[in-house]
Amino acid sequence: MTFTAPGRAPWFQGRNRAIGLSLLLLLLLCFPQIYPKSYVMGVMCRIFMYAILTGSLNIINGYSGQFNIGHAGFFCVGAYAEALFAMKIGLSFWLALPLAGVLAALIGLVVSLPTLRLRGIYLAIVTLGASEIIRLLALNWEGLTGGPMGIKGIPSPMFFGLKISRSPQYYYIFLFLAVLFYLVTDRVVNSRVGRAWVSIREDEAAAQSLGVETARYKAMNFMYGAFWAGVAGAAFAPYFKFISPDMFSLDEGFNILSMVIIGGQGTLVGPVVGAVIVNFLTEVLRPVSQYRMVIYALLIIGMMWVRPQGLVGASNSILAEKKAGFWRRKPRRPAAKGA
Amino acid sequence: MPVLLEAHAVCKYFGGLKAVEKVDMQVMEGDIHGIIGPNGAGKTTFFNICSGVYKPTSGAITFQGEDITRLTPEVIARKGMARTFQNIKLFKYMTVLENVKIGFHIRTRTGMASAIFRNACYREDEQFTERKGMEILERVGLAEVRDTLASNLPYGLQRKVEIARALALDPRILLLDEPVAGMNPIETRQLSEFILKLKGDGYTIVVIEHDMKFVMGTCDRVLVLNFGQKICEGTPDQVRQDPGVNEAYFGKGLVAGGGAA
Repeated sequence: MTFTAPGRAPWFQGRNRAIGLSLLLLLLLCFPQIYPKSYVMGVMCRIFMYAILTGSLNIINGYSGQFNIGHAGFFCVGAYAEALFAMKIGLSFWLALPLAGVLAALIGLVVSLPTLRLRGIYLAIVTLGASEIIRLLALNWEGLTGGPMGIKGIPSPMFFGLKISRSPQYYYIFLFLAVLFYLVTDRVVNSRVGRAWVSIREDEAAAQSLGVETARYKAMNFMYGAFWAGVAGAAFAPYFKFISPDMFSLDEGFNILSMVIIGGQGTLVGPVVGAVIVNFLTEVLRPVSQYRMVIYALLIIGMMWVRPQGLVGASNSILAEKKAGFWRRKPRRPAAKGA
Repeated sequence: MPVLLEAHAVCKYFGGLKAVEKVDMQVMEGDIHGIIGPNGAGKTTFFNICSGVYKPTSGAITFQGEDITRLTPEVIARKGMARTFQNIKLFKYMTVLENVKIGFHIRTRTGMASAIFRNACYREDEQFTERKGMEILERVGLAEVRDTLASNLPYGLQRKVEIARALALDPRILLLDEPVAGMNPIETRQLSEFILKLKGDGYTIVVIEHDMKFVMGTCDRVLVLNFGQKICEGTPDQVRQDPGVNEAYFGKGLVAGGGAA
């Protein structure tokens, strides 16, 4: 028996899992050939991109139990890095992509330093601040980033002489990155490294007593999450052709966080489900524009009440612990009959 | 026999509270060393200093001749000291086997790259943790519950899981904080036998306990604390006859064989 990820159904393991995932991948590979509508392709690209963003945030929040609400900052670093590498140095997309990830990971290392002393809401405030600092840097360092005007005309990637410029082509880039992310992450979380992360989430003092270098593993955890957020940003920049600081505001960070919470932290599949649901809702609710934020809010509040671990979250984790309160009051005793 | 773990005049003050005051201790290799004392005597605080959770206000701890006073718990764990906690600190939402597997952290090497490429190092480590984990569970008698969530086990078994997890570190010394608390007399006797077996396997054990029968029957040497101070250290018999110990537990006058009767 191998280490079973929390929340993984018993029938979805081993060969069944391999077959199921292969079929899904085959379907996704064929999808642009079957239904190449540009709008649908665009939505799919967004879903894949958010699947990476939510998945990488889930590594930080869901696996090692830190509380990062500034994931948009790492996303921003990746996007700007790719744009600048491509435009100022003329670096190829395929080189700029990992470099942007590495740069984001280094920023992640810096942000992780407070995790050695802070946790919970205090750490959240630090990550929020870091995310804003990155956005303000992009906004005010006009010489490098173009300030509020952003960067326009980011060149499209080339793939063996083929210029990738339309959504159905980007679809494959995002699909490739998302599959790569989940493949690699599945291996990492089911190893000694993943176990160390989960042990920090479940009980940090116990983890230390077993020799888990919590500081090192928390830093590694932040770097891993930031790396993939950077990669997602690097893929996003040439796809959208234009980036500006207001795309990476705190709202974006909360948006990613809400997908993780709705889908479910602490499992691999949870964030994907969250990304699909929220992006789907965004499209369906376009007619009501701003009111969809109200619907998200209600969805999250409802989720916290009914299923704090998220839709497909790990029911066997510390994340699923319900606090007694308004919703779960003790049953009222029948009133005494009048004398 | 050489001294394995030694405390030199260890003090720990929390503001004005002197939780531990100038405590010396010498744990010989291969011994079972008991620490007893009334509630609030500073036993667990002293334990936390030994394992690096607290830094003492003054004094020093040496382990295998090396000063470990300022080291972090994870470094001390690597040097061969494993511990359990008074309020059980299991990874509640993991299975018993997974709990034990985390105990192998310092004996395995898989890093990020090995995990991603699933190279020989990863495969060896996974096989090692799986095999050795089951060995430990069988030794402790938990093999049947390996796939049970730790939080679903009865209290006595949870304590055993915690010991199994500590054993996974392959430590030189094992610090047990009230291992038989909440156990019934039969479970207590079984655990006592188990700890004696561990001693036979060459482990050195330090144990905090309230259960006097357990302490007197199991320990080679006993340290008695009261109000943060050491009042006695010696064999169980010496401790039993020590007037200071009797006074701490039963009060003055009645037990000395003098006045009352």
